[in-house]
Amino acid sequence: MSTIVLLAITGFGLGAMYFLIASGLSLIYGLMGVLNFAHGAFLTVGAYATWYTETKLGGIAVAPRFLLAALVGLAIGTAFAALVEVVLIRPLYGRHIEQVLVTVGLGLCVSALATAIWTSDPKFVSLPRWTSQTTGVLGASIPNDRWLEIITAGVVLTALELFLRRTRYGLIVRAGVENRAMVTALGIDVRRAFTLVFAIGGLAAALAGVLAALYFGTVDPQRGTSLLIFAFIVVVIGGLGSIGGTAVAAVVVALVQQFANYYASSGMGDLSVVLLLAVVLLVRPRGLTAAAA
Amino acid sequence: MALLEVRDLHVRLGGSHVLQGVGFDVAEGGVTALLGRNGVGKTTTLRALLGLVPADGRVTFGGDDITNEPTHRIVQRGVGYVPEDRDVFSRLTVTENLQLARRNGDGRFPYVYELFPELRERGGQPAGTLSGGQQQMLAIARALLNENRILLVDEPTKGLAPMLVAQVAHALERVCDESTVLLVEQNLTVVRHVADHVVVLDTGRVVHSGPARELLDDRERVHALLGVA
Amino acid sequence: MKRILVPVALVAVLAALPKLAIDIPYLFKSSLDSPGTLQLIALMLTFAGLAFTYDLLFGYTGLLSFGHALYFAVGVYVAGIAMTRWHWSFWPSVLFTAALGIILPLVFGAVSLRVGGIAFAMVTLAFAQAGSVLAFKNPYRWTGGEDGFGVDYTKLPAGLVGILNTKNLYWLALAYAVGVFLVGRWAINSSPGRVWQAIRENELRVEVLGLRPFDFKLMAFVLASFLATVGGIVYLVLISGANPDVTVPSFTLALLVMVVIGGAGSRWGALVGGLVYTYLDQRLGDVADSHTVSTLPSVLRTPLQEPLFILGLVFILVVYFAPGGLARLGRIRRRPAALEEAL
Repeated sequence: MSTIVLLAITGFGLGAMYFLIASGLSLIYGLMGVLNFAHGAFLTVGAYATWYTETKLGGIAVAPRFLLAALVGLAIGTAFAALVEVVLIRPLYGRHIEQVLVTVGLGLCVSALATAIWTSDPKFVSLPRWTSQTTGVLGASIPNDRWLEIITAGVVLTALELFLRRTRYGLIVRAGVENRAMVTALGIDVRRAFTLVFAIGGLAAALAGVLAALYFGTVDPQRGTSLLIFAFIVVVIGGLGSIGGTAVAAVVVALVQQFANYYASSGMGDLSVVLLLAVVLLVRPRGLTAAAA
Repeated sequence: MALLEVRDLHVRLGGSHVLQGVGFDVAEGGVTALLGRNGVGKTTTLRALLGLVPADGRVTFGGDDITNEPTHRIVQRGVGYVPEDRDVFSRLTVTENLQLARRNGDGRFPYVYELFPELRERGGQPAGTLSGGQQQMLAIARALLNENRILLVDEPTKGLAPMLVAQVAHALERVCDESTVLLVEQNLTVVRHVADHVVVLDTGRVVHSGPARELLDDRERVHALLGVA
Repeated sequence: MKRILVPVALVAVLAALPKLAIDIPYLFKSSLDSPGTLQLIALMLTFAGLAFTYDLLFGYTGLLSFGHALYFAVGVYVAGIAMTRWHWSFWPSVLFTAALGIILPLVFGAVSLRVGGIAFAMVTLAFAQAGSVLAFKNPYRWTGGEDGFGVDYTKLPAGLVGILNTKNLYWLALAYAVGVFLVGRWAINSSPGRVWQAIRENELRVEVLGLRPFDFKLMAFVLASFLATVGGIVYLVLISGANPDVTVPSFTLALLVMVVIGGAGSRWGALVGGLVYTYLDQRLGDVADSHTVSTLPSVLRTPLQEPLFILGLVFILVVYFAPGGLARLGRIRRRPAALEEAL
């Protein structure tokens, strides 16, 4: 029983990260039709910015140091994403395939650059001691970082929903996901929404990078890419453009992965996720909550 | 000088030359009906005017050249658009659909709700759950929310039951009294009631242009150009 | 007649390479007939052929697959495992691998092609990921996990073993590239091939004509994957081993980069892209170690140490300034319209 609890909560923690990455991907694709292969790069930028800042901040206690570094990482990740949209994506407006190709190139560049500067060895992040301690739940010892991840994802989910339902830009994004041309035919410049959505995606991805540093205790250049693949799978299963669907899919994928990895064998989790994807696509080609993509 | 001047408009889509030099004027305050059989390019003309499809030629609006300007810029000049398939955002509520259309200020909600009281009643309903007729009213209401200098309306009565056609036509009449309108419409009764000028298209070209009354009274001509009695 | 003359002459020159004791400074470290250079060019040719097989899928039929590398990896690993772990001899291993190279894409393609566009891309990516996981997991200790394994050279034909026989390996790679090109061109110009290109332009129109796009897409998928598997066998022999680098996502993306840089859907583009990319990938590492670069300030030096950075940058530049790829430089850019709809 305690194993199940541990696996489940760890799964939620992992799912939290998948959700953070996938939500940005889903919005970007839903609104802009761009399959953003550079999304992993936003995670990497956020993660490394956090680690680097931490190494430069001496003399403060670990917890505030980590928090401060995380904030810097988030800011840099978000700014980077917005910059990418304005400089690289916007000039290719309307040319979807070229936009995708550019993100592929950027993704390759960023992870290669990180490897070049800091090598492919993982770098250790100083974490508040509390996060590596455990809390007892139903007989299982849960590492405390899981709570942080779950709560963060919950907060982001709520914030995203509020943004989408209560703000004008959120309204524009929701409408644009359905019918971008009609939004312009209402006199709205969707391009500003594009930059905003990229920035939000960048923020969420950078946050995922921070949480991954928390979860794994390290930052490394390949993590963005490897998590990105799972995020893509989550987006496809959950239905493009749907935040709620993405959240559900993220949890499902993470849980399947955790339980299969434990009860079958290591690596089976990844294979099971692939199987899950195949099954979902065969039964419902548009994903669990088929958005009007 | 007319409010809208179209000169030598060419549009090529997917290999076919859909519009082959279309030209006409829409006078300020007037209602011009764009007529023609299915597939001659009426909808494409409207879309080209809005910059939704790339076009060659020259389009002038209120004296300014708007050819191939970005759509949102054109619309901000005061163009209201009611698309052929209504294109309401089905997952947004009725009120949200209207809110989205608001361009400057608060929008003329009282006016719109007076024309279409059902929209106020069904404000919180997702637009996708409305009937075809209600969606049509929403689409028109959206275009009326702002004070536009011209309205581009594409087949507002298409696919509607006769009773709804009457309701929409009634609203349309009122709108046409107050604004400049370029109307694509197959229902000639509606056209007769609102239009003062007609332009007839055939395979991407203008084949007739003149006062509405004159053409519509000429049965043979109507049959020859539009294939309807 | 002229159109065939140039390529034939080119192939003749390439075939003669192992006999040419010529030095090309800067471009190659040693003379053209030396094993080192021949190995490099053989690698370039193998990936040129592989890139061409990907172009069949992406450039001609409009299928954006992110898992093409899987079938190449199948060629490398299955043939290698058959010989080294199961101790089969050469030809049975090759034939078995080739058979898998038809059966696997038939099965996976039938599943993947049920969806189109982005979903298809994701499914192919996921299947390739599964393959990668298997390779790293080292089931039954067959795949050798992270380190891969060296092939049992006693199983290989004598003519393909040993440094003195590098020229034979070179000719094998050349034969592969030329073979893939000929088979591919023949397929493209055949009537199914024309349907592929029609599907790329406008799948709806193909349906309207009464044809089932699915069957044709599957055909293209199986052909491209089979040819990739053959390439995998060539690669295995060429580097005498298998390693999981050919299973990671960046490798399939590298194929995409090769094809786009060269020019998707053009006659030579994929081949050129494969040659250029592989050359840069192999040689940039040497450039980074070279004397000139080590004197550069670290800001410039560090990125140069990672070939992928340069390649990613080149890729971005090509997409911006030469979207038709190298093959179409100076000509009007032709971008298949239906690729837009594919996404």
